Amino acid sequence: MGMLSFERKYRVRGGTLIGGDLFDFWVGPFYVGFFGVTTIFFTLLGTALIIYGAAIGPTWNIWQINIAPPDLKYGLGLAPLKEGGLWQIITICAIGAFVSWALRQAEIARKLGMGYHVPIAFSVAVFAYVTLVVFRPVLMGAWGHGFPYGIFSHLDWVSNTGYAYLHFHYNPAHMIAISFFFANCLALSLHGGLILSASNPKKGEPMKTAEHENTMFRDAIGYSVGALGIHRVGLFLALSAAFWSAVCIIISGPFWTRGWPEWWGWWLNLPIW
Amino acid sequence: MIKHSMRVPLRVAGVALLALAASGCEMPAEQKAQTGYRGTGMIDYQNPRIVAAKQAANVVPPAQPPAPAVGPPASQVYQNVQVLGGLSVPQFTRLMLSITAWVSPEQGCNYCHEGNNLASDALYTKVVSRRMIQMTQHINADWQAHVAQTGVTCWTCHRGKPVPSEIWFNHVDPPRARLAGNNARQNKADENAIGMTSLPQDVFQTFLLGDSNIRVTGTESLPYGNRSSIKQAEWTFGLMVHMSEGLGVNCTYCHNSRAFNSWETSNPARVTAWHGIQMARSLNNEYLDPLKPVYPANRLGPSGDAPKLNCATCHQGVYKPMYGVSTLANYAELAAPVPAPAPPAPPPSDAPTEAPADAPASAQATPSSPPAG
Repeated sequence: MGMLSFERKYRVRGGTLIGGDLFDFWVGPFYVGFFGVTTIFFTLLGTALIIYGAAIGPTWNIWQINIAPPDLKYGLGLAPLKEGGLWQIITICAIGAFVSWALRQAEIARKLGMGYHVPIAFSVAVFAYVTLVVFRPVLMGAWGHGFPYGIFSHLDWVSNTGYAYLHFHYNPAHMIAISFFFANCLALSLHGGLILSASNPKKGEPMKTAEHENTMFRDAIGYSVGALGIHRVGLFLALSAAFWSAVCIIISGPFWTRGWPEWWGWWLNLPIW
Repeated sequence: MIKHSMRVPLRVAGVALLALAASGCEMPAEQKAQTGYRGTGMIDYQNPRIVAAKQAANVVPPAQPPAPAVGPPASQVYQNVQVLGGLSVPQFTRLMLSITAWVSPEQGCNYCHEGNNLASDALYTKVVSRRMIQMTQHINADWQAHVAQTGVTCWTCHRGKPVPSEIWFNHVDPPRARLAGNNARQNKADENAIGMTSLPQDVFQTFLLGDSNIRVTGTESLPYGNRSSIKQAEWTFGLMVHMSEGLGVNCTYCHNSRAFNSWETSNPARVTAWHGIQMARSLNNEYLDPLKPVYPANRLGPSGDAPKLNCATCHQGVYKPMYGVSTLANYAELAAPVPAPAPPAPPPSDAPTEAPADAPASAQATPSSPPAG
């Protein structure tokens, strides 16, 4: 596969974390590296096991294929393959693939002499996933507390797990997470709108500058966070959304077993009313 | 410099906030109660520490030693025994002692009986007690779809208190100005809040006295023909939160929330609960609400209605009252209406031996006795 004229300049040797020069090459546009190999390994194995799970399951309907975790009675031990063991191995493959991907991002960042912002950001999403299928199940003593792998089935799990606490909107961390998701949407849409508006002036006029962008928001709300700052804001909002999502589920079960509305007793009982 | 001087108070505030958040937490514990197929998330989360406290608080008191069915029936020995006249005197006395232990252990016999004349119906509490004994027999005989063989006794609700701790009255709207919005009896954080939610507070009179439709889900995937509103769903949600809190379980104890309405994917407990709703509504309408004229004013609710029952009245935070231990097992006389004694000896003039089926009428006849305050 051909390369753009300037691309070769960035294809530099080194920066690997593991494997030295062994996997330090590209396949087409893709950097491989040791973690590229492990990513492919875990991805192919995990996907093959999901297909196997579908094959021994009752349906090939893509919406209804379901790889369920073990019964709670197996605790933190291994379950028979067809009774949740498959879910356990697929979970290991998923974590292996996600972590490999993050480390591959880190190797690429090292190669380019950049900061680790991309792998760190991706790691927060991985952290949320691991919270769901490892940290929370371990705290409650059974892999069966993980969510099932299936399009409809994982939605059913989310629904039932929410209603297990009567009304999940009363979960304080869920409130914070949702607020961050909405704020994240708002910030991204404002940012996208601003950049596109500055780069799409009337026909015949030159493109507008960063100062136009800043002035737009200074005029509107008295302050512009700036060209670099908006990306800090964006990263903060996005990572906070994922982080508080992880918090809202890790506290549900391990640290609170009753309805979430009831948790607010401490607030209603404050002596200030 | 301002930044530096703010650091210490910020830290203190941070630590205080963390401590506050942690104080609302429970310690992790193993969770084993799976109520649905693996991976559906149908799990009954329980904190062992809270369960232990509940188990300690839900213990059946020791039963009185059994009494023989010998001698003449109580209705021939005592006057004005309308409901339990078919019992022998030792059996009758045993039940009276038990009721005292269950309902008025501190107040004693005189909570219901006038000191010198045990036959007198002068105290309203005696009239209410008689009706409650009939209600207990009715529940155990006719509502086994809900109470099974476990049954109920006075203890199930009273727990040593003359007035059960979980009762409810009709909701009374505070006066509001002409232009003030309708708060739909919700969004108030007071003692009437259903499980500390902001859901409507008048769910009991709506569903457990009135017969409003609890089902708001349509029968088809598209909402054709289903005119239920989100507002109505909140009333249903309120009743359901009450049931959860009253039984100490979560929604998945009965439902697979994938389709709340589907009986096929629900747990069997939902059938028991359905009968429980019918039972609570029936008892409120046939036994508790009609007692209004008997009560003195201080026992009535803000709108002058009689105290009524809901799921928590018996369950008191436990999925099976007293964790399924039967108090009824030792009190067969409460399992069904006691047959009237055999006719040979004519009963005393003031002890009518009516068939128990007519008993409600006899209780209705008593309001003429003045409330004893």
